[in-house]
Amino acid sequence: MAECHPVGFQWVMEAKQRGARVIHIDPRFTRTSAVADAHVPIRVGSDIAFLGGIIKYVLDNELDFREYVVAYTNAATILREDFVDTEDLDGLFSGYDEESASYDGRSWQYAGHDQDASSDAEDEQSAGEHGAGHELGGRGARLEHSEVERDETLQHPRCVYQVLKRHYARYTPEVVEQVCGVPAAQFLEVCEAVTANSGRERTTSWVYSVGWTHHSTGVQYIRGAAIIQLLLGNMGRPGGGIMALRGHASIQGSTDIPTLFNLLPGYLPMPVAGEHDSLDDYISTIDRSGMKGFWSGAEAYTVSLLKSWYGDAAQPENDFCFDHLPKLTGDHGTYQTVLDQIDGKVEGYFLVGQNPAVGSAQAKLQRQGLANLKWLVVRDVNLIESATFWQDGPEIATGELRTEDIGTEVFFLPAATHVEKAGSFTQTQRMLQWRHQAVAPPGDARSELDFYFQLGKRIRERLAGSTDPKDRMLLDLTWDYPVDEHGEPDPVAVLAEINGSHLTGERAGQPLSGFTEMKADGSTSGGCWIYTGVYKDGINQAARRKPGREQNWVANQWGWAWPMDRRTLYNRASADPDGKPWSERKAYVWWDEDAQEWTGHDVPDFERDKPPSYRPPKGASGPEGLAGDDPFIMQADGKGWLYAPSGLLDGPMPAHYEPHESPVRNPLYTQQANPTRQVIKRQDNLSNPSAGEPGADVFPYVFTTYRLTEHHTAGGMSRWVPYLAELQPEMFVEVSPELAHERGLENLSYATIVTARTAIEARVLVTERITPLTVDGRVVHQVGLPYHWGVGSEAHVSGDSANDLLGLALDPNVHIQESKVGSCDVVPGRRPTGPALLRFVAEYRTRAGITVETGNTHLTPGSDRP
Amino acid sequence: MSNSLYGPLDPAPDAGWRDEQPRKGFFTDTSVCIGCKACEVACKEWNAVPEDGLLMLGSSYDNSGSLGASTWRHVKFVEQGGAATDVLNRTADSALLGDPTALGTTMAPLEVKAPVDLGMPTSGLPGRVDGAERTEFRWLMESDVCKHCTHAACLDVCPTGALFRTEFGTVVVQDDICNGCGYCVPACPFGVIDRRVGEVGIVKNAGVAQKCTLCYDRLGDGLQPACAQACPTQSIQYGDVDELRERAQARVDALHEQGVHDARLYGESTHDGIGGLGAFFLLLDEPEVYGLPPDPVVTTRDLPVMWKKAALAAATMLAGAVAAFAGRP
Repeated sequence: MAECHPVGFQWVMEAKQRGARVIHIDPRFTRTSAVADAHVPIRVGSDIAFLGGIIKYVLDNELDFREYVVAYTNAATILREDFVDTEDLDGLFSGYDEESASYDGRSWQYAGHDQDASSDAEDEQSAGEHGAGHELGGRGARLEHSEVERDETLQHPRCVYQVLKRHYARYTPEVVEQVCGVPAAQFLEVCEAVTANSGRERTTSWVYSVGWTHHSTGVQYIRGAAIIQLLLGNMGRPGGGIMALRGHASIQGSTDIPTLFNLLPGYLPMPVAGEHDSLDDYISTIDRSGMKGFWSGAEAYTVSLLKSWYGDAAQPENDFCFDHLPKLTGDHGTYQTVLDQIDGKVEGYFLVGQNPAVGSAQAKLQRQGLANLKWLVVRDVNLIESATFWQDGPEIATGELRTEDIGTEVFFLPAATHVEKAGSFTQTQRMLQWRHQAVAPPGDARSELDFYFQLGKRIRERLAGSTDPKDRMLLDLTWDYPVDEHGEPDPVAVLAEINGSHLTGERAGQPLSGFTEMKADGSTSGGCWIYTGVYKDGINQAARRKPGREQNWVANQWGWAWPMDRRTLYNRASADPDGKPWSERKAYVWWDEDAQEWTGHDVPDFERDKPPSYRPPKGASGPEGLAGDDPFIMQADGKGWLYAPSGLLDGPMPAHYEPHESPVRNPLYTQQANPTRQVIKRQDNLSNPSAGEPGADVFPYVFTTYRLTEHHTAGGMSRWVPYLAELQPEMFVEVSPELAHERGLENLSYATIVTARTAIEARVLVTERITPLTVDGRVVHQVGLPYHWGVGSEAHVSGDSANDLLGLALDPNVHIQESKVGSCDVVPGRRPTGPALLRFVAEYRTRAGITVETGNTHLTPGSDRP
Repeated sequence: MSNSLYGPLDPAPDAGWRDEQPRKGFFTDTSVCIGCKACEVACKEWNAVPEDGLLMLGSSYDNSGSLGASTWRHVKFVEQGGAATDVLNRTADSALLGDPTALGTTMAPLEVKAPVDLGMPTSGLPGRVDGAERTEFRWLMESDVCKHCTHAACLDVCPTGALFRTEFGTVVVQDDICNGCGYCVPACPFGVIDRRVGEVGIVKNAGVAQKCTLCYDRLGDGLQPACAQACPTQSIQYGDVDELRERAQARVDALHEQGVHDARLYGESTHDGIGGLGAFFLLLDEPEVYGLPPDPVVTTRDLPVMWKKAALAAATMLAGAVAAFAGRP
């Protein structure tokens, strides 16, 4: 966190000064470790074993926050009889289909009375398609029915608590040591610290970044932390939670109002062609009748969104222009798009503040894709490698591409930086903070807002008068933003549109004050339901900057947090089932008996006047279906999910699998890697053999990639800045003294790092900050590669890109690439140049016997078949 | 005037300021430094200090090397461990010594001492291959800067008056007056000040002695220096030196209470060889570990004595000469 978020890290330092204990679990000793109370070096890609070990420690020692667990989680919920765990299937859950490498998750459901088998089959048909995880959108959490069986004594053998206990029974401290390379004693210290600092009086927080997400099991890493936090009662309470540190400013914002292909604003799923041909079809998949929770408002959110986009054109009789929305026909994620580019299925591409030729996994594929377009628009603050790959990229040097053969017409448009334009940033706490323009952008540089506004205007002018129905999706848009004297659209007007307003009646024209005011009849608009309230009373709430010392410690008058300005989500859980704070020290939100409402330091994340004693009438649905002690109001059963009966494609509970490429055999199961990971079998995306396959010893080392404080992602904002470039001028590889000895690497000399994809060179930095780990009885060496450098001649400093080494293997749920771990070889000296580089890599492939099948088998031979 | 080159005093009034301000300085608390180098960058941005070379040093994460004419804030990274640290230090030294001008400055070799035994329990790190060579590992970081000495030798030896004492008690070079004689360079006991290397007319202030001004141009407007403003963890604290000394003492006491017995202040005492530093430090180990002299003394300390001796010698010679001629007709 100190490496990549030094400004945010000031609060960790402050917490530490106030007595917080900071533990850093990371393969490398980083700037964070330097100031942490303890550093725990761990093998890359083994975190689920570590987290599972903590879960076992909590359960075995009955250190869970029992009242919280019984009342607020699904620990007591009883599962179907036909669920079979990985412990019984040697690494697979029930429902696995080898053919499609996917699960039929029906057996993972809760037991219940009103099972609707026909609709199950229908759902699984679509979810079973390869890469169909995107169809889950944000709703994810659907249940087949809302009436569940519970055993609050937690004794029933099929209740979640017992299932969890059995699932993690083998994740002992010794197994953690065997899998992660963390000594059992050190692991137990972490367990003791986490459990001692959880409970009524204390809370523990987990902070993660892409070191957890960029794995073929990335989603399950986060689930592992969620289980721990729920067991220990650390959710919805001050000082608790799981903090996702994002890659750079407002990544959270670009998920809320997404740049993702599979989501509409506010985590509404993108409609799917053939399944969602009408608004009713669409709504019914999110808001199944009888479902509890606030997703039942999905129709109001969707209609308000359509009203904000299509204005008067959106009417009840035309489904509020639902037909105008593009519909998904499959996986259109970033990596699929790149493969489609190479296969000639994509003509044009916009790159906006992104440098995939350097910064995306399998950067070689990225460049090949860019080279096979008709046109490419690059909007950036510097002339990045993604705009210059055609003249001096690595493939030009090797002869794989020739400049004269590349037909891509590149348009480079200079962009304004974040200080040269106004707008909002949304950070990891979901807080929007307004950013005022500090200086005007230089020369022709323009803001994104201006660019897209102008682009929309020009396209609409071209299409004016068109009778083609497909053009209505653009022509019907409300595209009328006020501009200032420089022609720059007013970002506050966009914020107001996102907030939404009343369209009819007495309050017509007034901003909405919260999403509960949204209507499904077309009488309200709102561009992103969760953001509604940010422009409450016509005031830009995100621009509030009342200093912390002038308000309470929650500081509700600084910026604005979605939803409804709640700073901590699910904060009903900060009070006990009766509505009283768990302790005075951790009092946050509570039920005021006299006023008959929820009150506290934060905005209650609960219906204000629903008493703790409220019990829903039988058959009640939506918010009404949630009891007064159901804090997790977005979940279909109002409970925190220790076990996810739906929403995940690779299992209801995290299980340890080895990374897609690993020199280590999975010590826990015969099943080596995630059996549902998305693999891409292509000659241009070869994988190294993993342990258990022939040739694995050709790539004996583990590498991980990361960022340094001195640079920003692919370097577009730092390698062109002399003051930053000089601080880390060259690409380097961090190795332990032991590996340096083993391979004859000298500090500051060059090393070549090789995978099945390519080889790169880097200066050697020998450091004890890298620790060789003993895993399953053998020493595993890890090397560290920052990924900021790229090959080109425009930047102040350049170098080989670590992302060229990576292959593509993806998490099945969210299509994230496994870029934090791979296997490699490391040899002293510089790499060959020109065509000799290709021969060098080809020799490695031959030696390891690599084919397109290598490493891509989903089901490890020897696994028990389900 | 007897102690104007040595011993405690308040430098601004001593320099003749009548409307002096409270003495300003830095307290750099290395125990909370995260090595982000925001201070280095902010300093360069504000003071328009040029880039200082694109050389990788192989010295942990330090690629600036040392303070110099084009590096006025410098974050040191000290990796303290077992056997490997020696190797690293050696290569770092040779990188620096091999091509010193590549950094844009001529500099003294980077002083990285062999690791000091911390007296901590040695528990082998996990996965040790052979034996227990590795010991408890620490990564120390320190943002170094001009010390703005109470007795500033650079200022004492400057023949042009380019170096002067400000009303804030700090020491500043006037780059339009400096003639580049370089007397100040060896005078500094910390190796801070240096002449900027580069072609005159191309590189700004080439040949001129340069160092931290404590952002003299910001202080006058009531702003804090750029580095302190940028520091995310308040490792660099700016303020009245008197108050900073109290703050530093409280901090070191607190650390001792927490069991960090190696924590110590460096340069806060007015009774050291410099008369106290305007920019002083909280260190987590011996000063040598950070490349700081353990007992710095103003290099002009003996100047009055030397001049007195020289005057005595001159008087003696004169007297001898007089005596030799005395009595002659």
